[in-house]
Amino acid sequence: MPLFGKGKTLPVRDPAAAGGPADFFTTRLEAMVAWARSNSLWPLPFATACCGIEFMSVVSSHYDLSRFGAEVVRFSPRQADLLIVAGTVVDKLAPALRKIYDQMPEPKWVISMGVCASSGGFYRAYHVTQGIDEIVPVDVYVPGCPPTPEELMYGILELQRKIRSGEKSRDSRSAAAGEGSRFAWSPGERTPPPGKP
Amino acid sequence: MSIAAGTGPAGLHPHPNSVEAPPTLSPSAERLRDRFARSPLSEKVAVLDLDLPTVEVSPADWPTVARFLRDDPECRYDLFLDLAGVDNAKRPGRPTRFEAVVHLHSLSRDEHVRAKVLLPDGAEPRLPSVIDVWPAANWFEREAYDLFGFDFPGHPNQRRLLCHDAFVGHPLRKDYSPGQRWFFAEEDLRMPAWAVHTEERAGHFETQTISIGPSHPATHGIIHLVARLDGERITRAETQIGYMHRCFEKMSETHTWNQVIPFCDRLNYVSAMINGVGYVRTVEKMLGIEVPDRGRLVRTILSEFSRIMDHCVNIGTNLVDIGGLTNFWYLYQPRESIYGLIEACCGARLTVSYVRVGGLAIDVPEDFVPRCRALIESIPRFVDDVERLVTRNKIVRNRLSGTGVVTKEQAIGWGFTGPMLRSTGVAYDVRRSRPYDFYDRFDWDIPISSDGDNFARYLVRMEEIRQSLAIIRQALDIFPASGPVNSDDWHVVLPPKDAVYHDMESLIFHFKLIMEGIRVPRGERYDWIEGANGELGFYAISEGGAGPYRLKPRPPCFPMMAAFEDMIVGGGISDAIATLGTLNIIAGELER
Repeated sequence: MPLFGKGKTLPVRDPAAAGGPADFFTTRLEAMVAWARSNSLWPLPFATACCGIEFMSVVSSHYDLSRFGAEVVRFSPRQADLLIVAGTVVDKLAPALRKIYDQMPEPKWVISMGVCASSGGFYRAYHVTQGIDEIVPVDVYVPGCPPTPEELMYGILELQRKIRSGEKSRDSRSAAAGEGSRFAWSPGERTPPPGKP
Repeated sequence: MSIAAGTGPAGLHPHPNSVEAPPTLSPSAERLRDRFARSPLSEKVAVLDLDLPTVEVSPADWPTVARFLRDDPECRYDLFLDLAGVDNAKRPGRPTRFEAVVHLHSLSRDEHVRAKVLLPDGAEPRLPSVIDVWPAANWFEREAYDLFGFDFPGHPNQRRLLCHDAFVGHPLRKDYSPGQRWFFAEEDLRMPAWAVHTEERAGHFETQTISIGPSHPATHGIIHLVARLDGERITRAETQIGYMHRCFEKMSETHTWNQVIPFCDRLNYVSAMINGVGYVRTVEKMLGIEVPDRGRLVRTILSEFSRIMDHCVNIGTNLVDIGGLTNFWYLYQPRESIYGLIEACCGARLTVSYVRVGGLAIDVPEDFVPRCRALIESIPRFVDDVERLVTRNKIVRNRLSGTGVVTKEQAIGWGFTGPMLRSTGVAYDVRRSRPYDFYDRFDWDIPISSDGDNFARYLVRMEEIRQSLAIIRQALDIFPASGPVNSDDWHVVLPPKDAVYHDMESLIFHFKLIMEGIRVPRGERYDWIEGANGELGFYAISEGGAGPYRLKPRPPCFPMMAAFEDMIVGGGISDAIATLGTLNIIAGELER
């Protein structure tokens, strides 16, 4: 249940009208927490390539991500709850990305910024991970090469909407469904050796 | 063996290009051929006259010839620019399957030369390392080992550079499938041998080996620095890269000539326009077509704006690394205005894909000139303000002055170009040394400094912003109000849409171009321009197919990053961070 329904007014009593100090409204704890969480996202920019430059545009003075409560950029995964993967992730970097993701405290969300992070983009190549969802669960995919700042902002707003509506992150959902290993980056999946050319 | 046209080194087949070689040689090739004929090496090399004077040599003679090319007073090729491996498996007529193509520049004679080492078939491709001749060869040889499997006896640290350590095979060989990936896990990562087997000397107060990166706020993209510290002083360091190796060269072999342009824009994505211009100029030279003045001026103007942006980002992020956030936010305003201009021209902000072989994707908007004029009026204020905040700032001076010092000799040996080389006192700028487009008609200066430290690089970049503004101002003065931006060679450029609908011939050209793409005649070409951080070259080989047979960019920041591990030894760890910022490393270009 959303905290603030559309068109509804807050059930807060006007002290002057009621003549008393008892200001309160009722809601569910989860809704309250989700509302607070959605507006205080601490992103970790995992910026590797061109999208990282556009991410800089989004957080800097002109577009100013702080208007949406997500500007406390943290470079330590221990202090972040939103992983923004901005740019191409290659196979050499994949273990590092997984490690960073594992180091982030729960609850955590992942935005895949740009087509390279989402699917490998036009790099269908021998060293490029074909989408970070091979490695980590992704909550919001933002298309574009690179996405315009507006597109990334829309992605963040979508994530906030998801969080507010009480939707669990992909990570928690897969853990609950017992498919936690689906995203585990395990050495069992080694690529078979190439055939004779 | 004499050094007549059309013969290869002793024991090798005649050169296929020699048949088409003109009877008269270019003066520089003539001089080089003459010089070799007078030398004891006359039996060992063949001098060809391609787009550049080209020396063909066998691996056994390569170190001697390399030393001769560097030291002989009539050669003096002191700047090692690039080493490109080539696999001739699908290139009929070449004498050997593998060849290593080296590009060199002589600062004193202002000339390029190409050296080809033909690696004999039947054995592992092997050629001696030339690190002792040009220290810059270090990473280029590692790269060739990684991507082509060339063996370099004498190389002190021959291991994979770009591909991960669990990779099998050599991806740029023609028999490697472009999409073949290999699983890589954390335990597969190989650290430098010295970092694994540490022999701590007794008496050290505190020695430890640390890893900075791959994900670290100061690493400007994804770079992994392994450093051994004695207290805060770095005693040994090694940089590991490849965390952004996204296979540009293999991808360009699987796409058509025009489809490669978006890949080029993602090399140096901070100044994407310059990369596109560098690439299409190479292809245009191979095709022998000319772009009209208006098109070339648009390229010049937007390239210079891109250079300004690149320097703004570099100065801004460098100051962020040493603790000053203000300038970064502040310099974003001119950047956003330039992004606005570029977006008005082509619809994209960052990775523009605006150039095409033969011109531009579309003409500029009507208000292009007034917009540019407004921009060059507004930008100096930001530069002045940052200058006031930074240049005499005591903290900045303490952090940047005297740190990361590179001498002139070191810079040349390491293969530096661009602001890094100019900050050591060498006035080498491609726009002046070999003016392309209209750079010889503009009045502008090459800023240099003699200090060679981090602060000198900051000052050089600040002054280059002003010089770029001067260039744009003069370019706008001669900008034609109307006229075509594209070549009228319909074998290369799409005919106007109107003509396609009403004229059969144009329709055919349109159809052929869309379905087959551009056909570039067989041959090879190295063409180079001044990128934002140094000489940006493209070495392209065409076999007459729909796309490049081989395309090797000469990434300006690659040799600088290679030298980084030597530059920081002896300094503090905090100086290393300040130095890394002034190198202007762009991961997309560094690792391609």
